[in-house]
Amino acid sequence: MEPVTTNSALFYDRLQFAVTATFHYLFPQLTMGLAALILYLKSRAYWCRDTHHEEAAHFWTKIFALSFAFGVVTGIPLEFQFGMNWAKFSRFAGGVIGQTLAMEGLFAFFLESTFLGILLYGRKMFSPFVLWLTTLMLFVGSWLSGYFIIATNAWMQHPVAYVVDPDGSVHVTSLWGLLTNPWIVWQYAHTMTAAVVTGSFVMAAVGAYYLLSGIHYEAATTFLRTGVVAGAIATSLMLFPTGHHAALQVFEHQPVKGAAFEGHFYTEAGADLVLMGQPNMDTLTIDNPLVLPKMLSFIIHKHFGAEIKGLTDFPRAEWPDTMPLLYYTYHVMVGLGTIFIPVMVTALVWMLRGRLFQARWLLWTLMLMAPFPYIATTAGWLTAELGRQPWLVYGLFRTAEGNSPLVGSGNVLFTLMGYLGLYLLLGLLFLFLFFEIVSRGPAVTGGLRSSSEPTG
Amino acid sequence: MSIETLWFAIIAFMFIGYAVLDGFDFGVGALYLFVARTDEERRLVMKAIGPVWKGNEVWLVSGGGLLFLAFPKAFSAAFSGFYLALTLVLWCLIMRGLAIGLRSHLENVLWRTFWDAIFGVTGVLLAFVFGVALGNLVRGVPLGPDGYFFAAFWTTFLPDASPGILDWFTVLMGMLSVAMLTVHGANYLLMKTSGTVSDRARRFAGIGGWVVLVLGIAATASLPFIQPVLWESYAAHPFGAALPVIAAGLLVTAWFGRRAQRDGLVFVSWSLFMLIGLASLAWGLFPHLLIATGDPSYSLTVFTSAASSYGLQISLVWFSAGMTMVIAYTGWVYARFWGKVEQLALEEYS
Ligand code: HDD
Ligand code: HEM
Ligand code: HEM
Repeated sequence: MEPVTTNSALFYDRLQFAVTATFHYLFPQLTMGLAALILYLKSRAYWCRDTHHEEAAHFWTKIFALSFAFGVVTGIPLEFQFGMNWAKFSRFAGGVIGQTLAMEGLFAFFLESTFLGILLYGRKMFSPFVLWLTTLMLFVGSWLSGYFIIATNAWMQHPVAYVVDPDGSVHVTSLWGLLTNPWIVWQYAHTMTAAVVTGSFVMAAVGAYYLLSGIHYEAATTFLRTGVVAGAIATSLMLFPTGHHAALQVFEHQPVKGAAFEGHFYTEAGADLVLMGQPNMDTLTIDNPLVLPKMLSFIIHKHFGAEIKGLTDFPRAEWPDTMPLLYYTYHVMVGLGTIFIPVMVTALVWMLRGRLFQARWLLWTLMLMAPFPYIATTAGWLTAELGRQPWLVYGLFRTAEGNSPLVGSGNVLFTLMGYLGLYLLLGLLFLFLFFEIVSRGPAVTGGLRSSSEPTG
Repeated sequence: MSIETLWFAIIAFMFIGYAVLDGFDFGVGALYLFVARTDEERRLVMKAIGPVWKGNEVWLVSGGGLLFLAFPKAFSAAFSGFYLALTLVLWCLIMRGLAIGLRSHLENVLWRTFWDAIFGVTGVLLAFVFGVALGNLVRGVPLGPDGYFFAAFWTTFLPDASPGILDWFTVLMGMLSVAMLTVHGANYLLMKTSGTVSDRARRFAGIGGWVVLVLGIAATASLPFIQPVLWESYAAHPFGAALPVIAAGLLVTAWFGRRAQRDGLVFVSWSLFMLIGLASLAWGLFPHLLIATGDPSYSLTVFTSAASSYGLQISLVWFSAGMTMVIAYTGWVYARFWGKVEQLALEEYS
């Protein structure tokens, strides 16, 4: 087994996947979240003949399209990377995950890409009903996309419905089994709810920004109402039931990962829940701990005295090799998730009492919160993926055996640096255009220009 | 027909579909800076491909996914072996996607000029690289006994036992591809636009046709020296020879269509010409997915690299259902956006 050092191809392969996947996911989470919210706005507009919501839907479609464009261009490298950087893994697992990846293309990507064309170019050519249907198709397409990719990832976390061939590769034995992998249920629910969290925070933040600046009052209140209601529901669902059950299934099926992200080193009955503190990998303790006594046992087993296995019960080679990072990412996610709920619930209460639009401190909070769902989501994925190490397919196939045998470290380092540079530019570009659309505002329908009007 | 053969046909269909559909987007890109000079004209050209290019690109993504599903060994060998070339493809696809999506966002002249240049350059580069890739599949790659290879960009520029990605034959194929797709793009613009843009496109289509003819004859003539496998499989299944004959017939149709200025006919027959021409190559390469330049037993065929038969059968079921839907709604969208751009009430997205 090739040791992972900072100049091995494996190290760069992993880093490149981490960088490109993390960057890609910044966009689909907004796309999928907005798809749901836009469908709501558009349905209100269509079924209640409400031009106000129509305008709001139109504005958010522009942001959606922007995020979609970046999501698509950063998604293609991910799929290619399976073959390019992870050739041995692809040969091993293609017989199973090829199914879900190809289904994603055929059932989701075609749908999204084709119908987006109608929404962007056909507002004057198609009837309001077709345009509403198009919004529905975009919602279905992007959420199906999420489903198939989660099904793929769920199989890597918790392989089911496969046989191992004599030549060592795996093959699917039941497509139904693969698509109904029990791991999908909570992972999908948790991830998609997270997408709605992102969408609603961003929507609320733009509304808050307009109100604080004293512009676009009408649109701003719609954005805030939609964002806050959706946000209050979604943030609560993040913790319970979805986050809670995600953790439960980790402790049931991946006890090492669970112990690692909780920072739980020694098996004990009545394990404490670590809220803060730094894992010390030399002494195998938590420095400066702040704990809730026996809470971990209670959360996982509904019983304060229950025993929870600690890391030291497992051979060190089975520990996730990025243990302290894993611990931090998990705590960042859960910490942020715990902050999101009171923020959104307060906003909801203020809204119901009719005081939200005047409460400047609350609007400031909502505006500044917008980046944090991105951080939480990224941290969540890092938890899931770093925690899966040292396995590529949990319990079945090691990461160290998965990368391409003939692609040398120099080549991977080269492409990694290329991606870093390119993605830095892409990120700046996205932010620039995002703020440009926001500053043009919803009322000026100028974002969509008819072909007859002169432009620059 | 065995299930592996069927999957070979499906995957060939996906990639050929990609070449024909996204092909005209590349061609339009290659011509863009030349046929569309003013901002007005450029927005017109962008609107001609705007509603459909994204869906066209998905043929590549889905084709890749299906290759992964059906022939994982070939997928991993090819994608890791062409690591450098594919990286170039990916970066070009990223930039092209952004260019189409973002150019009209701002009214700034420099902004638009920058993205226009990107759109043009990536169109040519992508057409070239995909032609080179096809050339590599025909010529063969230096597969080792473990079923992997790694191709440098170039070695001696000769199609010998340890070739690079670029040698004289693959470069020839790359140039042929640029010429073919440029004509394809010109045909598309002729059909979709009128006025100055289409007048200029007509000139390019005319010249391009001759370039294709010259390069095409050169490439076809070198095939027997480059890849004997082609002739063996045509000798074994001679009725396949109908394919190149039909392709030649379509070329003649396109030529007559051009003289009669029947732009729709030209576009359709040129598309079918590319489709059948590529199909005849696939016919000749079958059952090979990747041909080894060294020991022929290292070659990857559909039989040595297929996934399990259950996997292939079950995916045939959902593929048929899914593809039917895709063709139905893609066809509907193409039909709704049919006609000259100037006469459609297209909104310009920016
Ligand atoms: C807005 C984003 C967000 C927020 C606030 C939370 N999560 Fe989360 N979490 C995700 C976004 C996310 C995610 C990005 O969607 C992940 C990554 C992989 C996955 O399936 O979902 C995830 C994964 C994930 C995992 C790992 C699953 C695995 O390893 O397979 C656990 C245990 C939790 N979450 C638990 C929680 C808990 C207890 C939260 C308490 C509030 C919480 N998450 C908030
Ligand atoms: C979009 C959210 C995702 C993020 C942010 C993410 C993040 C990461 C990270 C950080 C790694 C590196 C782990 C390490 O080397 O220690 C990784 C590896 C990997 N992930 Fe993900 N991942 C995401 C989704 C997925 C999905 C959906 C799949 C499967 C379809 C997947 C497949 C892989 C593979 C194949 C590797 C490489 C091998 C490895 O290092 O484990 N990832 N990912
Ligand atoms: C690491 C594994 C991943 C791979 C291989 C991957 C692959 C891709 C590809 C190829 C595209 C472009 C599709 C097109 O051309 O239209 C794309 C876009 C997209 N991906 Fe990913 N993706 C991954 C992770 C994820 C995750 C984790 C999610 C959601 C849970 C997701 C959701 C989407 C969505 C919704 C789109 C559509 C574009 C957008 O909304 O921005 N992807 N992805």
